[in-house]
Amino acid sequence: METVVKVNQLTKKFGSFIATNAISFEVKKGEIFGFLGANGAGKTTAMRMLSGLLTPTSGEASVAGFDVATQAELVKQNIGYMSQKFSLYEDLTIQENIDFYGGIYGLSRQEIKDRSKGIVSKFQLESVIHKLVKTIPLGWKQKLAFALALIHKPKVVFLDEPTGGVDPITRRQFWDLIYEAANDGVTIFITTHYMDEAEYCDRVSIMVDGLIKALGTPSELKTSFQVDSMDAVFQLLARGTANKI
Amino acid sequence: MKKSAIHIESISKRYAEVQALDQISLDVEEGELFGLIGPDGAGKTTLIKILVTLFSAEDGKASILGMDTNDSKASIRKIIGYMPGRFSLYPDLSVEENLSFFARAFDTTIEENYSLIQSIYDQLKPFKDRKSGALSGGMKQKLALCCALIHRPKVLILDEPTTGVDAVSRKEFWQMLHEIKSQGITILVSTPYMDEANLCDRIAFLQGGKILSIDTPSKITGQFPWQLFAIKSQKKYALTEWLRAWEKVSYCYAFGEYLHIAFSENAIQMNEIKEYLSAGSFSDAEIVNIPPTIEDTFIYLMENGNSR
Repeated sequence: METVVKVNQLTKKFGSFIATNAISFEVKKGEIFGFLGANGAGKTTAMRMLSGLLTPTSGEASVAGFDVATQAELVKQNIGYMSQKFSLYEDLTIQENIDFYGGIYGLSRQEIKDRSKGIVSKFQLESVIHKLVKTIPLGWKQKLAFALALIHKPKVVFLDEPTGGVDPITRRQFWDLIYEAANDGVTIFITTHYMDEAEYCDRVSIMVDGLIKALGTPSELKTSFQVDSMDAVFQLLARGTANKI
Repeated sequence: MKKSAIHIESISKRYAEVQALDQISLDVEEGELFGLIGPDGAGKTTLIKILVTLFSAEDGKASILGMDTNDSKASIRKIIGYMPGRFSLYPDLSVEENLSFFARAFDTTIEENYSLIQSIYDQLKPFKDRKSGALSGGMKQKLALCCALIHRPKVLILDEPTTGVDAVSRKEFWQMLHEIKSQGITILVSTPYMDEANLCDRIAFLQGGKILSIDTPSKITGQFPWQLFAIKSQKKYALTEWLRAWEKVSYCYAFGEYLHIAFSENAIQMNEIKEYLSAGSFSDAEIVNIPPTIEDTFIYLMENGNSR
C-alpha cells in the first residue's frame, strides 16, 4: 500500500521552545489517521509543517509525494484542508464558493462545472445554491466545506476539528462522508476533541509536549493501556507539562 | 420549591431570517449548576446575552434574582459574573493587572474575595507578570474565570467555556465549576459537548431556538423510549449498512467503536437480533443491552420533534 504521509524526525523549535520534537510516523493511502493531543501539545505546529505552511527546523516529511520543506507549493496544491474555524466565505453564495475554490486550485471551467454539479446533487443543494453561505445551517456548511476541500481531488485532506460544535446527528453524517472519501482512496488526517471520534479512526497518535507518546489502532491502544475507551487512554496520557504554561 | 435565581419567560429573538430563540421558558434555582446543552446555532449565546443584559428580547421577559433584565441592567451587572465565549481580557495587560482591573471596576479588591479564586489563581501566580495575550489557551480560560469571579457574583454565567478545549482540560474545568458551586454561587453554563450534561444538576436541551427538554440528566435519559443495544463488529461500516436496512430498526448511530440501535417494537428478543446478525454473516458481533446516554436522548428528541 502506498505511503502518502511520511514523517521522519520532524522538529520545530521556536527559540528555545521545542514545539514538535522529532516526531516520526507514516500514513497509508485511504487511511483515517487521528492526530490527537491536549491544547498546546504541538499538533497545530506539526499540521502546519505537513501542509507546507511552516518550515521545519530539522527532520523531514513528505506529503502526497512532495517534500514539505523544499516543495511546499506543490504540497499545498495536492492537499485539502478544512477546519471548524475557517471553511467557507460567508458573504459569498454556495455557487460562488464552489467557483472560488475550484479557481484557487487551478481547475478548468469545465472541471469546475462538472464537480459543482456533482456536489450540488450529492448534497441536494439545488434550492440553496444562490444563497449566501451565512444563511445556511452550520451542519450543511461543514459538509459543503468538506466537499470543497476535496474539489481538486487531493491525495490527503487535513481536517482540523471539523465537527466542533456540530449537532450529534450531523457529526455522525460528517463521519459517513469521511468514510466514503477514505473508501475512495483519500487519506484523512484529522484532529478532534471528541474522544468517541478517536474510535472511528483506523489509527490514532497522541501527542504530549511535542512528542508522539502513543501510536496505534484504537484497540491496540486500549489493550496496551488496559482501559476500555479512547477517552480513558487520552486521560491517562495527554496531560503533559508544556500546556500548563 | 427553591427560589429561582434566573427566571426566563417566553423569550423570543429574531435575527433577520433566523428565529434565534422561540418562546423559551426556564428557571434556574438558587445554588444550582444548570447546563444549556446544544449545538452551534441552537440559541445558547443569544439567550445568555439577554440574561447578561447585552441584548434585549423581542418578546417575553427574564429576570435575575428578581431583577428584570430590561429595567435593572446596572444592578444585574453588579451581581453576575460573565465569561463570554471568546477571550475578552486585555491582552496587553499582565495577568495580575487584568485581575485588579476587574476588581476595581466592581469596587472591590483582589484581597477581599481572594478565597473564592485562590485554588484557580494559585496556578496562574507563577505567570502573574506575563501579558495575558501570551498565555496558553487553558491559562487564559482560568484567568477569565478568576476575573468573572473577583467581585463574588451571586450568579455565574459562562458561554461555552470548554469549546475547543481538550478532554483532559475540560475535566479540570468542570472540577473548578463544582468548587465554585460549593461556595453557594448559582451557575448557568452552555456547552455543545453532550457528555458534559452529566456534570450538571439540571439541563435544558436547546436546538434551533427551541427547548427540547428540561430536567435532571437522569430524567432526561429516561425519555428515551426504547430498549437500547450496543453492537460491535470488526466490519463496522458493513454492519451499519446491514442494520440500517432492517425495517425493524428505528434508531442506529455510531458511538465510538459501538453502534447504538433501538427498535420501535419494544418487545424484540435478543435472539431475533442475533439471527439477523448471523444472516448478514456478522458472527463476530458482540451485542449488549445498555442504558441510553445523554447524546442518544438528544438525537432521539431531535428526530422526534418533541419540542415544547
